Amino acid sequence: MSYDVLVIGGGPAGLSAAINVRARGKSVLVVSNPIEESPLWRSERVENYLGLPGVTGPELLQAMHKHAEIDGVEFLTGKAISASFMMDQWYVSVGSDVQEAKAVVLAAGVARGKKFPGEAELLGRGVSYCATCDGMLYRGKSVAVLGYSETARQEAEFLRGIGCKVHYLEKPRDCTISGDGKVEQITCGGETTKVDGVFILRPAMAPTDLFPGLDMENGYVRVDHRMATGLPGVFAAGDCNGGPLQVAKATGEGLIAGQSAAAYVDALARKQ
Amino acid sequence: MALQHLKKADFDAAVDAAPLAMVDFWADWCGPCKMVAPFVEKIADEYDGKALVGKVNIDEEPELAQRFGVMSIPTLVFLKNGKEFDRKVGVMPPETFTNVLDENL
Repeated sequence: MSYDVLVIGGGPAGLSAAINVRARGKSVLVVSNPIEESPLWRSERVENYLGLPGVTGPELLQAMHKHAEIDGVEFLTGKAISASFMMDQWYVSVGSDVQEAKAVVLAAGVARGKKFPGEAELLGRGVSYCATCDGMLYRGKSVAVLGYSETARQEAEFLRGIGCKVHYLEKPRDCTISGDGKVEQITCGGETTKVDGVFILRPAMAPTDLFPGLDMENGYVRVDHRMATGLPGVFAAGDCNGGPLQVAKATGEGLIAGQSAAAYVDALARKQ
Repeated sequence: MALQHLKKADFDAAVDAAPLAMVDFWADWCGPCKMVAPFVEKIADEYDGKALVGKVNIDEEPELAQRFGVMSIPTLVFLKNGKEFDRKVGVMPPETFTNVLDENL
């Protein structure tokens, strides 16, 4: 399925971008984790969102989600794993499917957590971010699953179901992955386990893993006043662009990113 | 020759005979593989007569995947007369693949 705009992230920035894309008469798909995984969901009181003093995080998120639904925004629950650009079209893989769009708004929040020693070096050599993609290659083998998202347990169960020997680690810190040319062991909190594979399941991919070549500054996406990144048709909004990590700033940036993405789609149509 | 779907039985004969080959290890369940697939098809057409471009479905050919130590898909393996000299793992811009081919034509 092809959309005008694909939004990665279903928090205030992503939803604000989505309704503003719809306001320009464009089709939009929001790819996100379940709403309960949003950091805002855990906020008991939001004190500084204008006009709604003391509203709870879940109330605000549900109201925003409802608003987007009414406006005709489409939703897909899942994690964007990789993105690629070819002939003025973005292709974004979500689980085992690929979504197409002319423009992308990145609003995936702060990708917390630095990479572990050995993670980047052994990526594709035993380290994987996608259980459904690579699980079959580890049937009958021993794998560690590092779960940082609420859906990680389900993915660990999927790996068990297809015959992997799964060592599930709940939000481990201080891990080191090592091996000679391929993963051989992982050490977390001083405990070493011999494994053939390590699945690291974070709530969101780091922006530069998703979009290689994305311009970053101090760990945040660098954007101009139109929320444009340096990549063609890619805009960014909200916490992934840096602080203040507040709802009002996220919805404001989402508005700009949504309008910029819609304008980009129009300009592309004129060019073609 | 356009894109070839390689099986275990014909893999060695086809790849050994090719001065330059690019083989895409993929599977149905893998979203990133579906993103690379159109690039691979395009490259197969563009390099027709210059390089062998093949695909191996790792579900149907697990032994080939194991032989090449494929641990994440998509994996693109580059070979000269059957000998691997480079590989690329994961989704990358199509130029990444064509650059490897161009440097080794």
